[in-house]
This record gives sequence, structure tokens and C-alpha cells, in this order.
Amino acid sequence: MSSTDPAPARTQTPGEVLLSATGLQKSFGSNMVLRSIDLTVCRGEVVALVGPSGSGKTTVLRSLNGLEVPDGGTVAFDGGPSVNFGGAVSGRELSALRDRSAMVFQQYNLFPHMTVLENVIEGPVQVQKRRRAEAVQDAEKLLDRVGLLAKKDQYPFELSGGQQQRVGIVRALALRPDLLLFDEPTSALDPELVGEVLKVIKDLAEEDWTMVIVTHEMAFAREVADEVVFMDGGVVVERGHPDQVLRNPKHERTRRFVQRLLHPF
Amino acid sequence: MDWELFRSSFWPILRGGLTGTIPLTLMSFVLGLALALVLALMRISGKRLLSGIARVYISLVRGTPLLVQLFIVFYGLPSIGVVIPPWPSAVIAFSLNVAGYAAEILRAAILSVPKGQWEAGHTIGMSRRRTLRRIILPQAARVSVPPLSNTFISLVKDTSLASLILVTELFREAEQIAAFSQEFMLLYLEAALIYWVFCFVLAAGQGALEKRLDRYVIH
Repeated sequence: MSSTDPAPARTQTPGEVLLSATGLQKSFGSNMVLRSIDLTVCRGEVVALVGPSGSGKTTVLRSLNGLEVPDGGTVAFDGGPSVNFGGAVSGRELSALRDRSAMVFQQYNLFPHMTVLENVIEGPVQVQKRRRAEAVQDAEKLLDRVGLLAKKDQYPFELSGGQQQRVGIVRALALRPDLLLFDEPTSALDPELVGEVLKVIKDLAEEDWTMVIVTHEMAFAREVADEVVFMDGGVVVERGHPDQVLRNPKHERTRRFVQRLLHPF
Repeated sequence: MDWELFRSSFWPILRGGLTGTIPLTLMSFVLGLALALVLALMRISGKRLLSGIARVYISLVRGTPLLVQLFIVFYGLPSIGVVIPPWPSAVIAFSLNVAGYAAEILRAAILSVPKGQWEAGHTIGMSRRRTLRRIILPQAARVSVPPLSNTFISLVKDTSLASLILVTELFREAEQIAAFSQEFMLLYLEAALIYWVFCFVLAAGQGALEKRLDRYVIH
């Protein structure tokens, strides 16, 4: 990886498994939100998790970095760690898991007391102990890429939602993770701002970043995803190529979901 | 009004404020705040024992008069063989008292920071401790400045109680001159005036600090 490229996709061998989650289970009280979910993500692959609200897709995503601790199942990265949620999970294991990925949140979750640039370099400098000058240089290149270099010294409240989310994406990229996790990255945005964020994600997909995206944007999922996983009621109902799952669903539940999105009323 | 007495007593009383009241307030506040942070973290630790200890402590401090706490440290402890001089006694009593109040302020301020901020910290690889220090506390600080300023200003005035355990501070100076001159009204008003000036300056400082901490918030 050359040091002039701020966010190189890791050397990819397509088809090589990066992450496999098996048997993820989770209940909130008597409400079983995940019933034994399996998910495999290969390097360079984009997986879209779709489904009605309450289907468990966000819980699956948050289990991949331990923001949600499942009651059972394992999450294993190629090259480690492999975390078994069946027993007690230590903070050390969770942090090892988090070191492999970075996340983009629905509500952006930028740090309001830091400028745009400070938000981006916080992880590289404070956690990864990279040299500040180098982290700043990388951050500026990434910000330039998403058209926000001019905003680097501003605070998040001075930015539009779309700009904040692009900073959120840059903050994730700056960590140089193996896997990017997106939790409904455009759901909090005004409709006219959705496009600018999706465009950035699409560019990343073309650069072979490995991504898992929870989204309601079906047209977007169809365009960028290599695999669509449709969930409902805590189970995976159907998975496969986006054209197949979203255009010719095999299952009645998938068909109804897609129909509802196409014809909301 | 005996202006001559007012003038001649002004400096001794002010000096009592500068060498007694102010250092006593600052030391007690800093120590109290440090203890308050520990107590606040114990309260939100989710560990029953730690949280219970902090809860009982806070309840005792807030449920008993400051004057009684001060007397227990200075007049009470000697009867079990612990003799502490006036100044340290005052600092101990005031710090322990401030901690009880400030702990609840800090706890509420920490809890007011949205959960997503903790999560964002974790996803960029931060431990709980680092997230607290780098992400949560700076945001909690902004929220806690107004209520902590209240505590601080109350403390400035409460230090007058230290005159009752023989600490030389603003009010004790005024009292001694009053007893000597029998001009109680004049000297108590003079003491009150100087306390008011101190607090007036502090309130201005609070305003400036709030403004600085508000720089990243929509106005």
C-alpha cells in the first residue's frame, strides 16, 4: 500500500472470505429479534441487508462490531479475531472485533465538539497512534475526495446532513478498515441530500471496498450490491444476486416487501 | 456611617478574602470536583456495590448541614484522637461536601450525552475509558458549567462558616473588627459587599467560559 494513497482498498483476492457470522441469535426480553442468522462476506464484496423495520437487519449489522452483543453465534474475521458470543465476551475481544471494521451511522454521530478534520484524525491519531502530520495529510485527501476539504475547520453543526454524513464516511475510511458497515446511511437525510451520499458509497464499491449496508434504498441496493440479503422476523428469508432477489423474488414475503416499496399506497 | 472605620477596615477584610476565602474555595472546589467525578463514574458504572456506595455517600452529604459536617471534622474527630488543624479541616469538610453535590451534576451531564457518541467512539477503536475522556467528558463539561458555577458560587459564601472553626478568612476578619469597634452593621455590610464583588466577578467568568464551550453549538 503506497503512502500517497490515503485510503487504498486492501489487496483483494475476490472470493476470499473476509467475514463469516454464524448462528447469530438475539432476544430483547421475550422478543426474539434474531433467530440463527448466517452471513458470509467476501473481500471486495458489497452485501445489502434489506427488510421491513423490525426485521433484525440493523441488529445483525451491529453484531458484526459488537455494538450489539448477540446471545449466541460467532463472528469470525479472516486472520482473526473469532468471537464466540455463546459465553462471556470480554472487552478485549469486542475491541479486537472493532479494529477490523468501521461504521457509518444513520444519525452520523460526528463528535460535535471537534472540527471536521479533528473528527477524521481522532481514530488514526489517538487509537492507531499514527503520526499526526501523516493523519492530517490522509484526512485532507479523503475530505477532498468527497468535496469537503474547504469545510475541514468547521464544526459539524455548520454542515448540512449530507455533508455530515460524508464526513462520517471519511471518518470511517481514515481508519483503513477491512470492512465498512453502513447503518441506514441515508435514512435521516432530506430527500435532496440522499444522492450525494449514495454517490460516495457507490464510488467506494467500485474501488472494491468490502461493505455491509443496511438500506431502504432498493434502486441503490440493486445497483451496487453483489448480494442482497432479505430479512424478516429475525430470519433470512432470501438471499442472492440483487436482480434475482429484488426483481424475481422466490418467496412470498420478499415479493410483498418489494411490492410495498414500489407501490407504497 | 463611620467612613473612616469603613476605609481602615476595608483592606484587612479584603486581605482575609484574598488569603482565606479564595484559596479555601479554590482548593475545596478542585478536590471536591475530582472526588465528584469518581463518585459520578461509580454511580453510572452499572456495578451495584460501587453505585450503592456512591449513592449512600451523596445522600449523607446532601442530607446533613454543612455546618454540622464542618464541626464533626474539627470538633468531633479529636474525641476519637484525630486532631486536624483549622485550615485542613475546612478544606476536608468543604471538599467532601462539594463532591456530593457536584457528583449528581456530573452524572446527569454524562448521561445527557447521546448514546451514539459512545458508539461512535467504540467504532473508531476507543476503549470505554478513552471514549469517556476524549468524547463524552468534553461534551458533558459544557452541560455542567452552569450548575457547577452555582455550586462554586455557593461555596465562596459557605466558606464564611470556616470562621466558626477559627480559620482566618474574610468574615472572621470582619467579625473581629466588629467585636472590637461594636460597629456590627457597618462591618457586616462591608463583608457582604466584598462577597458580592467576588461572586460578581465569578459570574462574569462563568459567562465567558460558557461562551467558549458553546462555540460548537447552534445558537
